[in-house]
Amino acid sequence: MRAFTYERAGDAREAAAAVAARPEAKFISGGTNLLDLMKLDIERPAHLVDVSRLPLDRIEDTPEGGLRIGAQVRNSDLAADPRVRSRYPVLSQALLAGASGQIRNKASTGGNLLQRTRCYYFYDRNMPCNKREPGSGCSALEGFSRMHAILGASEACIAVHPSDMAVAMAALDASVETISPDGETRAIPVGDLHRLPGTTPNVETELGHGEMITAVTLPPAPPGRQIYRKVRDRASYAFALVSVAAIVEASGDGIRSARIAMGGVAAKPWRAAEAERALAGAVASDRAYTDAAEAALVGAQGYGGNDFKIPLAKRTVRQTLAAAIERA
Amino acid sequence: MAETDNRNWPTRRTVLEGGAATGLLLAAGVPVRAQQDAIMAAAAAAAPVPTMPMNLTINKDEFSVELDPRTTLLDALRNHLGLTGSKKGCDHGQCGACTVLVNGRRINACLTLAAMHEGDEITTIEGFAEGDELHPMQAAFVARDGFQCGYCTPGQICSAVGMLSEIRAGWPSHAGTDVAASAALTDAEIRERMSGNICRCAAYPNIVAAIRDAAGEA
Repeated sequence: MRAFTYERAGDAREAAAAVAARPEAKFISGGTNLLDLMKLDIERPAHLVDVSRLPLDRIEDTPEGGLRIGAQVRNSDLAADPRVRSRYPVLSQALLAGASGQIRNKASTGGNLLQRTRCYYFYDRNMPCNKREPGSGCSALEGFSRMHAILGASEACIAVHPSDMAVAMAALDASVETISPDGETRAIPVGDLHRLPGTTPNVETELGHGEMITAVTLPPAPPGRQIYRKVRDRASYAFALVSVAAIVEASGDGIRSARIAMGGVAAKPWRAAEAERALAGAVASDRAYTDAAEAALVGAQGYGGNDFKIPLAKRTVRQTLAAAIERA
Repeated sequence: MAETDNRNWPTRRTVLEGGAATGLLLAAGVPVRAQQDAIMAAAAAAAPVPTMPMNLTINKDEFSVELDPRTTLLDALRNHLGLTGSKKGCDHGQCGACTVLVNGRRINACLTLAAMHEGDEITTIEGFAEGDELHPMQAAFVARDGFQCGYCTPGQICSAVGMLSEIRAGWPSHAGTDVAASAALTDAEIRERMSGNICRCAAYPNIVAAIRDAAGEA
């Protein structure tokens, strides 16, 4: 690990200013991903600003009937919060499907959103990677691509975002609040936080240098049954090959509304808007679920090792929809 | 061991891992991977690494140490405070051998900086027994033979104690079908909740049995 200096931030604005003041400075919160990458010389901050003790660790009811989750709320506390479990079960399920008990106790809400890909080539400094070293090439394109993207990828990068939590938040239309070094705040829909790779896969989010996530706000819980389903290579403590967050409101034999977000398929949580439109007003049936699954994967492209993800994602969408409706 | 600061043992452990913290430059022949050679060379060429003072509370003892900011909590425990019960397996949060309790919660000591834990109550495996009397979880691991080589055991025990607190607090897990309901301590729940601790001897059936026993006693 390269040498760095360390400071503990006094408040959110001070933290943002401290990082903004130095191009090689970074925020550290849980550290579970950042320190891992620093040990491998992939992340090389010269200065760390510790934001883990900032008073952003509360989950508060909003006047609108939603929840405002402080960026420093730990993943385990968020998953165990009674309001989240009863009103936003898809978020609890997603959090509990990710990482291990130890890591959930450390990982923060803001940090979870900003974690980096687990692409093997991003982690292997002996291999070209456009995300790690822009312009060096993508080793995954013609390499092992089992875990890689099938939607929204580019010739420059086919890495996926690994978060489960973000997928549930995308389905819930969550909004990410940030503070900039000048004290300015803004809200970004969670679906707009991460960028698709295009020609600059090294630029992963819309955040500026020194802009810090302070909270994630959930709107009032949408009507309907919420389910998070994760498919992975082992039953626990593994990243998703494919995951689906579904929220389905049924009425009799009909589907009033549906929301579908997929994980493990793209560089960001992937909302399947076409599939959602196809389901709204449809009769609940295998036909409707199958059509929705096809719509969700329109434009999907495999790279050899991950071709299987396309049918896997379709089946997972179909089964998750069926489970959500049957149990409604 | 009320006051212990940088102790420089001329041991294999110190030579292998303590390079930065003991003020030795990292060029001392440490690296394992070829890709680390460049880092080592850069470190050797750089000025001596600055240190920072830290006050850590471990097993109710106060320690004042002066450490490189890079020092993980695990390296602080093992290389600077003589608490080698917490083990280094993968050093990347995947195996759980380094699990300790911080303010009663289990975390991976390898994935956090010592500097981030001033003022926290840190409990390592050395803090579990009361004199010669083993903690119920330790006794259960012995009674059930919940290990073979024993390397993962301190992490397993710390993790299991933390996990039982989580169950008692009503935390849900991925093993349950309804996150809104409270969980019973089934074997499936134990296995899911302990998935951050790997045992390469595969003593899992006995580890699960030990945890079940200890949960019943507590």
